[in-house]
Amino acid sequence: MPKKSPEEIGINELYSQDPIEADRRVWGRETDPESRRGFLKKGALALMASALGADIVFAANMPAGLIPAGLFLNRDGVLPGKHPDLVVLNDRPVNAETPAHLLDDLDTPASLLFVRNNGIAPENLNPATWTLTIDGEAVHAPKTYSLAELKQKFPVHTYRLVLECGGNGRGEFNPPAKGNQWTTGAVGCAAWTGIRLKDLLQDVGIKSNAVYIGYYGADIHLSGDPGKVVISRGVPIAKALEDETLIAWAMNGQDLPPLNGFPLRLVIGGWPASVSGKWLTRISVRDRVHDGEKMNGGSYRMPQYPVAPGTEVPKEDMTIIESMPVKSLITFPKTGAMLRQGQVLNLRGKAWAGDLTVAKMEVSIDFGATWQTAQLEAPANRLAWQRWTASVRLPSKGYYEVWAKATDSRGVSQPMVVPGWNPSGYLNNATHRIAVKMV
Amino acid sequence: MPSNPPSGPDPRLLRLVNMALVLTGLSVLCGLVIVDAIVHPGRYLAKEPAPVETKAAVPEMKAAEIVDGKDVESGFVAEGDYLLVKASCTGCHSSALVLQNRASREGWESMIRWMQETQKLWDLGENEDKILDYLATYYAPKESGRRPNLEIRDEDWYFLE
Repeated sequence: MPKKSPEEIGINELYSQDPIEADRRVWGRETDPESRRGFLKKGALALMASALGADIVFAANMPAGLIPAGLFLNRDGVLPGKHPDLVVLNDRPVNAETPAHLLDDLDTPASLLFVRNNGIAPENLNPATWTLTIDGEAVHAPKTYSLAELKQKFPVHTYRLVLECGGNGRGEFNPPAKGNQWTTGAVGCAAWTGIRLKDLLQDVGIKSNAVYIGYYGADIHLSGDPGKVVISRGVPIAKALEDETLIAWAMNGQDLPPLNGFPLRLVIGGWPASVSGKWLTRISVRDRVHDGEKMNGGSYRMPQYPVAPGTEVPKEDMTIIESMPVKSLITFPKTGAMLRQGQVLNLRGKAWAGDLTVAKMEVSIDFGATWQTAQLEAPANRLAWQRWTASVRLPSKGYYEVWAKATDSRGVSQPMVVPGWNPSGYLNNATHRIAVKMV
Repeated sequence: MPSNPPSGPDPRLLRLVNMALVLTGLSVLCGLVIVDAIVHPGRYLAKEPAPVETKAAVPEMKAAEIVDGKDVESGFVAEGDYLLVKASCTGCHSSALVLQNRASREGWESMIRWMQETQKLWDLGENEDKILDYLATYYAPKESGRRPNLEIRDEDWYFLE
């Protein structure tokens, strides 16, 4: 597929600004003024259908302001600002993961940070006019800050924080769970710069009945309906008030990548990355557990007790995921390495453990029968991942798998098989494996 | 953006549409006629012209491309009601979201219900059964163990220096 042209970016920009107007300008489309569905002019339907290469079934029901997905910009498979080797799982909404061997840097570069978007990333946002509003039942009075004010008024902090999608590893669950079939690459750890949420909340003034925070962002619902919230999640007030909970405008010293929240986002390390809201416009301080989009139902929830694969779990028995489990990756070498006899296999990787630290790192070349302890570095700060290295000798020619296993500061290790099945396929922290051969 | 007369499409954007057509290598008449013929067979039996005006947007006409049994544009297995599924399921999200998932007929139905309840998917009418049949046939779950084999293609093995 050819690279995208500026014109192709244009259609998405146009729809992100005013989807109804975009309908009219691109296709000459006008919808029924009451239902805001269907096509008043045959020509518009024909034009859209011909561009899609297929008739639009039930065109009369098609909501206004919907970009036909067949024209989405990233048909070439390369995302703007991202490394071409990121694996694009979905291009509308954009979801892309990073192969393990590309996570070898201590600070994950912007081009290599995974993308997990629930809606359409807004484009051409203006940081000069950006504002953040703090409101909710548990603030004395709502307050709005410009981005410039945030940068000037509060102490600026930089922390290395792990962001990992709660569904990382979903692809291994059986029966399969719906959603993006992540393998191992929905994780990264970068240097995030911003202000502490707790400093901001102190300036606003929060009441003693504060229970939870919930964020709102500027991303656009897939249906194109401007009234629909894409995702609005959050964390309990205690997590919100931790030193490392940041409202960040920079990643590795640069503006945030557009697909990862430019110009402003939450970064709350160690928890499912869905709590770290992107394109941040508002934070509500709630007097109850936040009830925003994707806080309820099966989203980001686990059964309270282990269930057999395929079990239907009652809603009331599902609890919100908090800290992510201990996990690690082998980031060098890339899987598929062949060694000549006598060659030492030098390994490198990363390990992290949600709110905890990694206490021990081990590798096995015999399918978990024996383990060798790896050298493990301390994290740069709380909630950062930790580098590990090891050197192993393969005893003879043949096929090997290198397995890597981390153990957290409470003695909990990664399982060697896929952990307990759950309805939405979260928290698969099974040991990472690579294939190597000695020839 | 400059302002435009309120009635017609912006010519610049029409060029954009042209470009999108070329880039995605889509059929215009073929795709339309095939799906249209499936949905409204009577129209073609009566030899009526297709009720579309495509003059401005058709720089090139290509048949819907199928390679290795798959529809190139969507990646769907090009059998059964794939054109219906493509037209119904890629309005809001990418075909990639369908392709990477596996489910039973009941599982696919629950995804459709979820999209209707929360994501503004419209009523699929009598096509729902056909869509479910297609998905349950070509995108059914595969049995696997607690860890699959590591699959490395021959050409992907490399010497570690």
